[in-house]
Amino acid sequence: MQKKMAYSFPDEVLEHVFSFIQSDKDRNAVSMVCKSWYEIERWCRRKIFIGNCYAVSPRIMIRRFPEIRSVELKGKPHFADFNLVPEGWGGYILPWIVEMAGAYPWLEEIRLKRMVVTDESLELIAKSFKNFKVLVLSFCEGFSTDGLAAIAASCKNLKELDLRESEVDDLSGHWLSHFPETYTSLVSLNISCLGSDEVSFSALERLVGRCPNLRTLQLNRAVPLDKIATILRRAPQLVEFGTGTYAAELRPDVFSNLAGAFSSCKELRSLSGFWDVVPAYLPAIYSVCSRISSLNLSYATIQSHDLIKLVCHCPSLQRLLVLDYIEDSGLEALASSCKDLQELRVFPSDPFGAEPNVSLTEQGLVAVSLGCPKLQSVLYFCHQMTNSALVNIAQNRPNLTRFRLCIIAPRKPDYVTLEPLDVGFGAIVQHCKDLRRLSLSGLLTDRVFEYIGTYAKKLEMLSVAFAGDSDLGLHHVLSGCESLRKLEIRDCSFGDKALLANAAKLETMRSLWMSSCSVSFGACKLLGQKMPRLNVEVIDERGPPDSRPESCPVEKLYIYRSVAGPRFDMPPFVWTMDDEDSALRLS
Amino acid sequence: MQGGVVIRVGSGGGSESGSMSTVSREDNMVVSSEDSSYPDESELELGLGLSLGGGFKIQQVSRGGQYARILTAKDFPSVVSADASSSPSPSSSSSSSSSSLSRANVTAGTKRSADSVAAANGSSQVVGWPPIRAYRMNSMVNQAKAVATEGFKSTMENHKNETSMLEKRTIGSYQNSGNSKLRKSLFVKVNMDGIPIGRKVDLNAHESYEKLAKTLEDMFLKNTTSVNPVGSRVREHEVARPSKLLDGSSDFVLTYEDKEGDWMLVGDVPWEMFVSSVKRLRIMRTSEATGLAPRLQERNQRQRSKPI
Repeated sequence: MQKKMAYSFPDEVLEHVFSFIQSDKDRNAVSMVCKSWYEIERWCRRKIFIGNCYAVSPRIMIRRFPEIRSVELKGKPHFADFNLVPEGWGGYILPWIVEMAGAYPWLEEIRLKRMVVTDESLELIAKSFKNFKVLVLSFCEGFSTDGLAAIAASCKNLKELDLRESEVDDLSGHWLSHFPETYTSLVSLNISCLGSDEVSFSALERLVGRCPNLRTLQLNRAVPLDKIATILRRAPQLVEFGTGTYAAELRPDVFSNLAGAFSSCKELRSLSGFWDVVPAYLPAIYSVCSRISSLNLSYATIQSHDLIKLVCHCPSLQRLLVLDYIEDSGLEALASSCKDLQELRVFPSDPFGAEPNVSLTEQGLVAVSLGCPKLQSVLYFCHQMTNSALVNIAQNRPNLTRFRLCIIAPRKPDYVTLEPLDVGFGAIVQHCKDLRRLSLSGLLTDRVFEYIGTYAKKLEMLSVAFAGDSDLGLHHVLSGCESLRKLEIRDCSFGDKALLANAAKLETMRSLWMSSCSVSFGACKLLGQKMPRLNVEVIDERGPPDSRPESCPVEKLYIYRSVAGPRFDMPPFVWTMDDEDSALRLS
Repeated sequence: MQGGVVIRVGSGGGSESGSMSTVSREDNMVVSSEDSSYPDESELELGLGLSLGGGFKIQQVSRGGQYARILTAKDFPSVVSADASSSPSPSSSSSSSSSSLSRANVTAGTKRSADSVAAANGSSQVVGWPPIRAYRMNSMVNQAKAVATEGFKSTMENHKNETSMLEKRTIGSYQNSGNSKLRKSLFVKVNMDGIPIGRKVDLNAHESYEKLAKTLEDMFLKNTTSVNPVGSRVREHEVARPSKLLDGSSDFVLTYEDKEGDWMLVGDVPWEMFVSSVKRLRIMRTSEATGLAPRLQERNQRQRSKPI
């Protein structure tokens, strides 16, 4: 006797219910309930996020989800940002675009991070997707303004073009003129990464003037200060604005024009840019400061007193990016003025100097942790730290979710007690129970990893450099951190044992990066052979790993889970350890 | 896999000469694995089968600090006592003490991998540390150039002085290493005719045209599907040979695009001048280097006329 399902809703009803479920995690959970829910869900999924472009192939994605409208992909490992991944490693978007051009003619959104995007890919996007709306390229490379011109010319419904810190080959500033005069749908434009010759100002001005829905505009550095007023007056509805260079000869008429233009922007909530700042021009923004929630001054080389004056005008500030010129005194002022602060990033002005050049120490961070009850996310570069400061921070701010501390000199101990910083970071993971991301620095032994393994149960991403003593450290992390998805390690003496003993763990994570560690080629081979659902990639610029003894450590190792099998677009210095006897990639 | 893997350095022709990180790791291994009371093998299951089944037993080492201890400044009492006398307040004096402590760590801990890399390389560079994105580094460097070239002036004298001092210091830091161990990289793209995948090379890691050309030859001209049956490194034998890319004897020449957008033959100007004006490199077929041909012929003539 067949048992009928109690809830035999028509598919359309279930589909309608599912349409309210947006998050990937929830969607994935829904799809696992039963076969019919899996089927219904896959037909109505519109957005997909793929954290590692090599974890799945375009064909597999298309086969399962035939009606996707929005794709987000990430390519290179995070350490590529710091030149640890050699050029040519991979992360090419073209194969994806080719497949999607055929399968998703109604694709609207593409968001990419750390991928190689060519002009050919951009031209294919422009040609293939008639309703294309959103293109976000974060930290991408490989394309030029020619590709942008193709997008501008063809994508009539484009709403968002965001080139966040991508590397663009400058060929001509006239690509902006390829937006037809009839084009008026721009909502968001971020071209802050473009060089001097890459934007024609008059074309930009006309574009801004005819797009009434423009909310976000981030200019590139070449746009001079005296042009800002012109732009703002054409777009007083802007919510997010990034200046170009914020420097000019001091002239009262320019200043008052600028101040007037800013004051007419009643919706402005976020400011960035501020290259080459002349402090005397900063008061021009005071009229909008009370409503500003996000401020990026991380390129502004101005002194503490100017920074303090500015942040004290911004009581609604939620997010601040700034150089360490703000100093401890500035951070104390921040702590007393900005009670809504959620995110703080302090970058170093002098990262390669032998001595600290500014008075920014652990005290500044302690002050902010004490004064800002909503602080959740911290990125802090400094020259010194103590365990007691870290313990203070942890006790003050148990609601921290992201804590990235970079003590600039590697392996630096607590400068007061000369102890390792194990106890300090241990307090962080113990008190901050919702910590999702952690970056370590300073002098650290295996003990800190024991704390992390014991307490950091929600930790998803961990970055480690110049730390630990032995495999036990790595073992603590792999065996203890239940939520771990991404682990990246450099210059630590972790070897084969912990890795092999926790091989199964690696299948539950997105990826593991280890460079300048002590993992042997033999261990990599073993892992590759035993774990078919992992791609074990050895990156070694010294030549084929089998030209050296098996016990020889590999330079770099990148392990990630994949249902797509080993990739075939690797450059000559990357080898996949797969389940064949020979570990040599056949080229 | 036995623990405490000990790899001997410099064991004749078969060993790796190219990677200095191997040197450091081995030293590190010797210090940390063999000298410590690291938990013995039984504490960690090695078999994959057991770990896959999830039923492995791992015992925590009893906390008594009995595991490997890394060298800290405490191991060097003379340095410590000298600095411990300064007051630990968040002022420049304490930060100078801490940085000299870190220097002590850095010099004393010669087994540390990063320092060994630096020492062995003969350069003072740790790649990718501190972790600052290349975009940010380039922006900070370019700020100086913008300031310098535009002849920027401000009528507020004290602001001008302060700002330009700040900028100089910031830019100075991002541009050069001073005597710090952490030197900024200067990566430029390199493309070779006929090869779709470009590479990047760090100019600041090379001190001369010869070294740069050697690296590029290794990257592009070396046959990576090594047909060498013994598996020994061919590189050692090539060390003594002069660079093919520079002397015009290869089918390719090394060219670069400068800040003005002109393509020039590499090697004509002093190295420092080259580094400050180069935007990107291209390994060009000699047949295509027509605009640069006169220089090429000159070079060939110069080579031929050199006494052997």
